[in-house]
Amino acid sequence: MIETTSKRGTPESTLRNEEPARSSQPPAGAATPRVAIAVDDTRQARAITSVKAQVENLNFYYGQNRALKNLSIPIADKQVTALIGPSGCGKSTFLRCFNRMHDLQPDTRYEGSITLHPDNINLVGAGIDPIEVRMRIGMVFQKPNPFPKTIFENVAYGLRLRGVRNRATLAEEVEKALRGAALWDEVKDRLQDSALALSGGQMQRLCIARALATTPEILLFDEPTSALDPIATAKIEELISTLRDQVTVLIVTHNMQQAARVSDYTAFMYLGELIEFDEAAKIFTNPSKKATEDYITGRYG
Amino acid sequence: MASLPHAGPDYLNPDSIRTGLSRRKMLDQVFVIVGLVLMFACLGILAVLFMNLVLDGSERFGWDFFTNFPSRHAERAGILGAWVGTSLIMLVTAFCAVPVGVAAAIYLEEYAPKNWFTAIIEINVTNLAGVPSIVYGLLALGLFVYQFGLGQSIAAAGLTLALLILPIVIVATRESIRAVPKSIREAAYGLGATRWEVTKDHVLPYSTGGILTGMILGLSRAIGETAPIITIGALSFIAFLPSSPITSEFPFISFQWLRDPFTAMPIQMFNWVSRPDQAFQANAAAAGAILLGMTLLMNAVAIWIRYRFRKKINW
Repeated sequence: MIETTSKRGTPESTLRNEEPARSSQPPAGAATPRVAIAVDDTRQARAITSVKAQVENLNFYYGQNRALKNLSIPIADKQVTALIGPSGCGKSTFLRCFNRMHDLQPDTRYEGSITLHPDNINLVGAGIDPIEVRMRIGMVFQKPNPFPKTIFENVAYGLRLRGVRNRATLAEEVEKALRGAALWDEVKDRLQDSALALSGGQMQRLCIARALATTPEILLFDEPTSALDPIATAKIEELISTLRDQVTVLIVTHNMQQAARVSDYTAFMYLGELIEFDEAAKIFTNPSKKATEDYITGRYG
Repeated sequence: MASLPHAGPDYLNPDSIRTGLSRRKMLDQVFVIVGLVLMFACLGILAVLFMNLVLDGSERFGWDFFTNFPSRHAERAGILGAWVGTSLIMLVTAFCAVPVGVAAAIYLEEYAPKNWFTAIIEINVTNLAGVPSIVYGLLALGLFVYQFGLGQSIAAAGLTLALLILPIVIVATRESIRAVPKSIREAAYGLGATRWEVTKDHVLPYSTGGILTGMILGLSRAIGETAPIITIGALSFIAFLPSSPITSEFPFISFQWLRDPFTAMPIQMFNWVSRPDQAFQANAAAAGAILLGMTLLMNAVAIWIRYRFRKKINW
């Protein structure tokens, strides 16, 4: 059961940037965003001042198999939200709903809504093109997956897909993205080298740069450091912390210390359900659910 | 070695581990030897065959052999018509089979939904590779030669062999497309690429090595095919070349050669072998050695291409 709905934020603040419910927005379920989080006066949790996306009653099916069950959480704008939980709990499945990666598989189905603000579109709605969603919401994968092309072409690819041909613009944006991913100093002299010559950690930062180049509204990280050594991991974590100034981050991680270090809000999932969602500090110091406590103290998972 | 006291069952005893291990390692060595012997036996047979052809045909090798038309006199007979014909047929075959085969493979791998219909197509594509080549010859005789009115021409022969190697090209292309990791596709889709953009910018470039290899393997199969082109009516004695593709008049290129009658290397060989005059056996052997050389050369090119592309892309 989802009792997260009873303890976060203030409704006014959550609603704030939803109020101008544009009349020009047609998709059903997106027109009048409701607030999934009611107030619990007994707790003075820090309010989510601005919501970038609101997940409401999201269900996801692989064929007949219901992998996500009635998820409802707000994703705070320009903050880091972490999804934690044991293997198979559906956190990656949930993450991949945000950029419609599941649409690449046959026989998958979404129910409910993920409303993206400020234009109030339902990311999982039938009326919206998954390609548009993927152009607005970037993703960094578990294993670094640079294209076997040059470093420059890797970062420029998203821009090329958007029809940018001007060499000066491309060079400028590529530099900006590489700086944003804290990789520029290491690769500025070898932009024309193959991306496969980089180390694992550099490759992953290159993938972050590739996603940043098109200034996504939300950046999804699917266990971005699970294939990296501790030093490379530390760099990525530091990077994620700085990224929050420019982009909303949603990160799936197996590593609870990582979630505690990088996230502002944390959601604990188990067997496709959302067990608890709160500020990270709260989840990791004083969780309100027994299951959460058992998990973060290492009793299972 | 001192045997240590050991409490557990016998198979955990260090002594019995040692004896068991030496027996297992011996089996390992036996396999290496058997494998090596069999491999060298195969290679040896091929080498002997090749040497035999070269020795038998040695008196014919020379510039004249390549520039002479067939003749009643064995020592004056050459393979000009045959190698030009074979080269032109290969050109037509490659030009038809590769685009069609690659496109079919891309469709099956990247676009087709996975259902019973595509499963049947997949099974049949694989089965087509096993259809006897003479059957393709009969099909082509009815379809290309008579129905389409192409006659006994280079175009008909090229199309026939294209049909024959299409399954090879499709299977090889699909395999190399499948070798492109899913993570690369996800990376491209994740940036908002369409299926065609993923195919054109990533899948095709990264599988070029495998596709070219498949193409050349297919062509090396086609180059030696005799039955289908005899069926569609290749001439065995030809004393002229197909018309030139470049003309002196506007528009300077001509496709008349596609409609010309032809002969090919295997046909020429077959013709010489079936002659009673012993002297022609040397011609057949020489032509055989050259044909084998052409095939080996094409395979070498395939290996070289594969090596080049593998070196560049290392997942």
